[in-house]
Amino acid sequence: MKFGVIRFPGTCDDVDAQLAAQRVGEAELLWHRDRDLKGVDAVVIPGGFSYGDYLRTGAIARFAPVMEEVIEFAHEGGIVLGICNGFQILCEAGLLPGALLVNDNLKFVFRQVTLDVVSHDTAFTRSSPAQLSIPVKHTTGRYYSPTPVQAVLKYAAGQNPNGSQDDIAGVVNEAGNVFGLMPHPEHAVDALTGSTDGLTIFDSIRATLESRVVPA
Amino acid sequence: MRARVLIRPKAGILDPQGQAVERALPALGFSGVSSVHVGRLVELDVEDVAQLPSMCEKLLANPLIEDFEIIEGIAAH
Repeated sequence: MKFGVIRFPGTCDDVDAQLAAQRVGEAELLWHRDRDLKGVDAVVIPGGFSYGDYLRTGAIARFAPVMEEVIEFAHEGGIVLGICNGFQILCEAGLLPGALLVNDNLKFVFRQVTLDVVSHDTAFTRSSPAQLSIPVKHTTGRYYSPTPVQAVLKYAAGQNPNGSQDDIAGVVNEAGNVFGLMPHPEHAVDALTGSTDGLTIFDSIRATLESRVVPA
Repeated sequence: MRARVLIRPKAGILDPQGQAVERALPALGFSGVSSVHVGRLVELDVEDVAQLPSMCEKLLANPLIEDFEIIEGIAAH
């Protein structure tokens, strides 16, 4: 089972995402100019500042050649995980509803947050406990959607770091195969850094993909 | 033709940048300022102005959170 982690110019969490994915399967980096997902089973769009986040976060990355493949992959039911900047890109690409706005306090927030797992019945949280302790680090993380969405993760009471609508930290698309979240599960995979809760996101994807495989 | 696109946060969406500027002005002695909003300005030379609305919807603005206004035929830079 192989994850593909996309690297845009300005991406900075690609290697952490790759290392996190490698704890549950194989993972390789995919280049933004390639129109080839190299047969991966799941796509991770990691955090960072793709194309400098010029214009709006994710606005330009969304038109990268590799994103045409990601959009097609997602429409065919492929598993796509967008973390932070990846979440912003997925919203810009229309693969997820809503948008991310600048934090209500206008500040870069960098802290460990507690998340309530609102739904375990997803491809991304089936292995997760009731709450996750995962860091956030962003300036543009205030989730907004004018229409109802399927929230999967919410900031626990009193923990909302950015003014997100309804404390939403992560949403899944209607089909359930595309997930975006502002917190960084790839930074919470080793006890050395305080929490391994992020690993449950990657492990949920692994379990989902393995359950899809029909035994010969 | 040179054109200008004004991009504003949609009405009803919290605009913390506008609020911060609104709070800063009285501190500098400017009174009587309200309803401050901060947006973006894009100026461009364009051969076919008919393409501008589509450019705005696809890239220059995010219609979910932003309104845009196109002003055609501004003075050259």
